[in-house]
Amino acid sequence: MTTLEVLRFAVRGLSANKMRSFLTILGILIGVAAVILLVAVGEGSSQSIQSRIQQLGSNTLTVMQSFNGGGGRGGGFAGGGGGGGTGPRTQARGLTLADAKAIADKSAAPSVKSVSPVVTAQSSTATYEGASHSIGQMVGTYPSYFEAQNKQIAKGVYFYDADVLAARKVIVIGQTVVDDLFGTVDPIGKQISVNGVPYTVIGVLKESGSSGFQDGDDLAIAPLPAVQQTLTGFGNLGSIIVQATDATSADSAQSEVTAVLDQRHGITGAAAADFRILNQATLQETVSESTQTFTVLLGAVAAISLLVGGIGITNIMLVTVTERTREIGIRKAIGAPKGAILGQFLAEATMLSLIGGLLGVAVALIGTRFTIAGVTPVLVPASIALALGVSVGIGLFFGSYPANRAAKLRPIEALRHE
Amino acid sequence: MSPVLEIQDVTKVYGEGEVVVRALRGISLTVERGDYVAIMGASGSGKSTLMNIIGCLDVPTSGRYALDGTEVGRLSDAQLAVVRNRRIGFVFQSFNLIPRMSALANVELPLAYGGLKGAERRRRALAALDQVGLAERVGHQPNELSGGQQQRVAIARALVTSPTLLLADEPTGALDSHSSADVLAIFDRLSRGGRTIVVITHENDVAAHAKRVVRLMDGRIVEDHRLAPVDGPPPLKREVAGR
Repeated sequence: MTTLEVLRFAVRGLSANKMRSFLTILGILIGVAAVILLVAVGEGSSQSIQSRIQQLGSNTLTVMQSFNGGGGRGGGFAGGGGGGGTGPRTQARGLTLADAKAIADKSAAPSVKSVSPVVTAQSSTATYEGASHSIGQMVGTYPSYFEAQNKQIAKGVYFYDADVLAARKVIVIGQTVVDDLFGTVDPIGKQISVNGVPYTVIGVLKESGSSGFQDGDDLAIAPLPAVQQTLTGFGNLGSIIVQATDATSADSAQSEVTAVLDQRHGITGAAAADFRILNQATLQETVSESTQTFTVLLGAVAAISLLVGGIGITNIMLVTVTERTREIGIRKAIGAPKGAILGQFLAEATMLSLIGGLLGVAVALIGTRFTIAGVTPVLVPASIALALGVSVGIGLFFGSYPANRAAKLRPIEALRHE
Repeated sequence: MSPVLEIQDVTKVYGEGEVVVRALRGISLTVERGDYVAIMGASGSGKSTLMNIIGCLDVPTSGRYALDGTEVGRLSDAQLAVVRNRRIGFVFQSFNLIPRMSALANVELPLAYGGLKGAERRRRALAALDQVGLAERVGHQPNELSGGQQQRVAIARALVTSPTLLLADEPTGALDSHSSADVLAIFDRLSRGGRTIVVITHENDVAAHAKRVVRLMDGRIVEDHRLAPVDGPPPLKREVAGR
C-alpha cells in the first residue's frame, strides 16, 4: 500500500457520503476560520490602539496634578482645568508655569527635550458668522506642544514663540471644528470668536481620526497666555507635556522631572507626591498587554469551536466505521494488515480536517479583507499555520479512536455484520 | 511436499458454561495439492466454523492446523493477514465485493495489500478478470453487475494472488442455475489447471463437481468419499468427456 493509495481510498470513502463529509468539513472550517479571523480582529484592534497612542506623540511624559487618591477628583486625566488647587488636600500644590520652567532647565533635567505647559478650557463655544460649535478640547500651550503631541498642520501654519510672548489671539483648529464652522469655506485668516473673544485661524490640523469615544479632531490650540487671559485665568496649569530627547531616555526624563518637582513641591521620602507622571511608553506597554489578553481570549473562544468541530469528526468517523464494518471485514479477509485499515480511516479523518482547515483559511483570508465591528483585521501568519496545524492534529487525534476500532475489528465478526 | 491443508483433531467451542456450543468436536482432514474438496453438511453441522478456521479468520480452540506446511496457530495477527493475502483466496456466498469500487479495483485490492505496484498489479488483475470471462466489464462497479458477474469478479479477486488454496463458501448459494453453472465451470477449469479448491456447500449439484466429498454432522466428519483421483480431472468433466 502506497501513501497515494491510502489517500485514494480515503477520497473514495469521503465522496461516498458527500453531505456528511461536507457538514463535518463545515465544522472544522468554522473553527479554523474563527480562530484566524478573531485573532486577526484582536490584532487589528491592538494595532489601531497602538497607533492611536503613538499619534499622541512618542517619548512624551504628561505631568498632572494629583490629589493623591483624595476622593472623586482623583482622575483629572483630560487636564483638570485651569482652576486647579481646589483638591481636598489643601497642602497639595498645583502645577505652575514656574514648575514647567524649572523642568525645562537643561542642567536639572538633561533628558528633557521640550516642555509644554498646557491649560484646557472647559466648554468653550466657537462661533463664526452665525455657525456655532462647542469645542471638545480648547488647549492653551507652547509651540513645542505640536511636536510633542505629534499634531501636524494640514493647512496654514503653527503659532510661534513670538505669538506666545505677545499673547496673540491666533488659533489652530481641528478638522471637526472646521467642518462645523466653515463647511467648505477656507478657514485660514478668518476670525472666529471663542466664548466671545475673537481669535484668528492660522492653521488647520491634520486629521487624526477618532480614538474610541473621543473625537481627536474636535480641538483647538492657541498660545497659552491668550487662553489664560480670555478663558481660564492665570491659575494652575492643567498639565505639563514633557518630551524626552529620544525613546530610550523617557524613563530617565521621568526621574529627572520627578526630582525637580519633588524639590519644588517640598516632597520628601514618605510624603506622597501631589503630581503624577504619565509615561507614554509605560502606557503603551500596559495597553499592549491588555490587548494581548483580549486577543488570546478571542482565540480561546474560537479554539473551542475548533474543538467542537474535532468532536464532530470523531462522531462521523464512528458512524462511518460502524456502517462500513462489513467492508472492513472483507478487506481483512483478503489480507489487509491492521496498519492499512488504520491508515485508511486516519487518512479519511485527517482529510476531512485538512480540507476544512484549508477552506477555513480561505474564508478567513476573505473575511479579513472586510472591516469587522469597526476594526480592520490584521492577519497574523502564525495563526494560519497554527490553525492549520491544529486542524490536522485534530483529524489525527479525533480520528484515531474510530480508526483504531476499525483496525481492531475481528474479520469474522466484521464479515457477519449486516 | 507438504499437503495444502493438514488439520488434526481440531475443536472449536463457543461460549462458556451453560451456553457452551461445541461447533467442532475433533476434525482431522488432510487436503493434498490439486485436490477439489466439497465440505457438505446441514446448517449447524459446523461447516462454516471449519471454513473460518481453514480461512484463518478464526482460530481453533484446540488441535493443530497447518496451511501449506505453516503452523497457523502460532502466527500473530499481522502474519495471519499475510497468510490470508498470499495463500488463501476467498469466495463468499454474498460475493462481498467492496461497493463503489470498479471490478478492476476490487480485484487489484489484494495485490495492493500485498504491496504490488501499479502497472504489474493492473496487468495481473486484468489477467485474472480475463480468466473468469469479464475482461469487458473491468470498469463496472458491483451494483452494475449481475450476481453471476459479481461472483466471477470475486473469484478473480480470490485468484489474483495465485493462492495455494481457493476457499469458497456456498459460492452458488445466491445465484440462479445459469450463473451457478458458470461459476462451477470456472471451478472445474481451475481444478484441471491444478488449483487446490475447497468448497463449502449443502448442494449436491455443487458437490458432484468435486473430486472428494467430506460430510459433516454435529461437528464431526461422518463421511469422506473420493469421486476422482487427486491428480485427475474433476468427475463431471470426465463424464462429459467420456460420453
